Amino acid sequence: MSWQAEVLFEGDAEGEVMRFDAPISFWGGVNPVTSKITLAGHPQRGQAIKDKVLVIPQLIGSSSSSAVILELFYKGMAPKALILGGRDAILPVGVVVARQMGWPTIPVMVLPDPPFRSGDILKLAPDGHIEKV
Amino acid sequence: MQMMLTDAEKAILGGAAGTVGDRMALEVVTEAARMLGADRLIEIHSSHIDGCLYHGDSGALYCEKLAENGARVKVPATTNVGALNLLNPDQCRLPPDQRKMAYRLMVAHERMGCVPSWTCAPYQAGARPSLGQQVAWGESNAVAFTNTVLGARTNRYGDFLDIACAISARAPYYGLHKPENRHAKLVLDVAGLSPHLLKQSAFYPVLGSIIGRLAGETVCAVTGLPQGATDDELKALCAGAASTGAVALTHIVGVTPEAPDLATALGGGQPEETVTVSHDMIIEARNRLSLAQAGPIDSVALGSPHFSTEECKDLLRLADGAGFKVPVYICLGRHTLSELEQDGSDQALRDLGVVFVVDTCVVVTPILPDEPGVMMTNSAKFAHYATGNTGHLPVFGTLADCVVSAQQGRVVWDQEVWA
Repeated sequence: MSWQAEVLFEGDAEGEVMRFDAPISFWGGVNPVTSKITLAGHPQRGQAIKDKVLVIPQLIGSSSSSAVILELFYKGMAPKALILGGRDAILPVGVVVARQMGWPTIPVMVLPDPPFRSGDILKLAPDGHIEKV
Repeated sequence: MQMMLTDAEKAILGGAAGTVGDRMALEVVTEAARMLGADRLIEIHSSHIDGCLYHGDSGALYCEKLAENGARVKVPATTNVGALNLLNPDQCRLPPDQRKMAYRLMVAHERMGCVPSWTCAPYQAGARPSLGQQVAWGESNAVAFTNTVLGARTNRYGDFLDIACAISARAPYYGLHKPENRHAKLVLDVAGLSPHLLKQSAFYPVLGSIIGRLAGETVCAVTGLPQGATDDELKALCAGAASTGAVALTHIVGVTPEAPDLATALGGGQPEETVTVSHDMIIEARNRLSLAQAGPIDSVALGSPHFSTEECKDLLRLADGAGFKVPVYICLGRHTLSELEQDGSDQALRDLGVVFVVDTCVVVTPILPDEPGVMMTNSAKFAHYATGNTGHLPVFGTLADCVVSAQQGRVVWDQEVWA
């Protein structure tokens, strides 16, 4: 199966999905050193987002999350891609800044009600084409 | 959607005008605008920069790169708190390498021409945009205050986008910059609550926490609040709403400038929902702000948002010369501390056992003792963030409760206030 997503930040990636089963703010929710989810009570607490295709149906919270994702790029702990359920600038701004710093970046795409489950293997093309492998 | 850029904007992006730093900043702003679906940028009159608080070395490196490449703010840009008390750097127990980077981040903002206000309440330090003015502010309580109380227009700007807007003097034209998005969709009616309760300062942060929980990021209108709320009360309401929810604007009918009456606040439309706030809801929301029960306390933390001169003097009056058994941390801007120095109030407060924390606050950087304890506060925002950020358990009370509790070293609540 395949889907067409809107591209917020261009790039390609292939990897395993981690889907956030509850909304999260990266600031206060993701440790920028270990990339592990720290939010108390979150279903994915303790899991690392490094190298995952991160599916985020709903974002909440702090606009300092741009700084947290930038720190993940800087420390080499970033996910492989972001698939967001809606338009947002907080995390993608961190990706734009990473590019300006000359650090490796990742694709950011928007797909409303993303149907992907944790464990799915996805391939993302620069034009927004997403394929389940 | 194709974005319309002016010739001046195109010249900066193409490198024909401005510095490399100007181009970097405008690229961040236009990329954000494109991602949000905005069709153009809008000129802004001021900015409040939240990005000076240390979250990791990368942010400091980026801001230094902007500064080195000639980026300078083009509009008045106040700074939010940093991670250090620059007047007393040893107060913060960050490890030396992090402390150095936190300092470099703050210095980079000064190099870019920011006004070094280091406060989360810039509206107490003279930064008060006028009604209808377009601005780009960060720090959730400051965003809510400037939209709600002053009627200026901003979205919630965060790290990097805030300084980029200040350097570019522009912001993406979307969200609350547009008048049609500022109308209330949800109405909260507090008219049924007792007039006694509506007069209490401590009612405001509790109501704020209810607004945040019910409204999320929806614009809400509150009806039934009496006129005459002080800036400090509205500040506490906005901070409560903006920490429990993503609230950026609330209309208080008959009080805030865009809400002379409910019909205006609703923009002529009908509300999607009207909620009648009951006394039980207030008590439940108040109780939710305390994670510890009555018993000994280890500290009192005040000033989220930063305490005003009036609040400091209220505390001095309430204490009536009787000293504190536990440290009372007052977080405030250095401009407020200078005002207290005018008549010696600062020393009088220190003599009681007050510890002043300027340029930063106790929930964003390690100042409270490592050993987790019970922290009493009159701030809904401190109550919300205390445990996650510091490990300390909050107990919520009125300012008078905080004073008496600090004097006795244990929680003392005056329940009469909530009748």
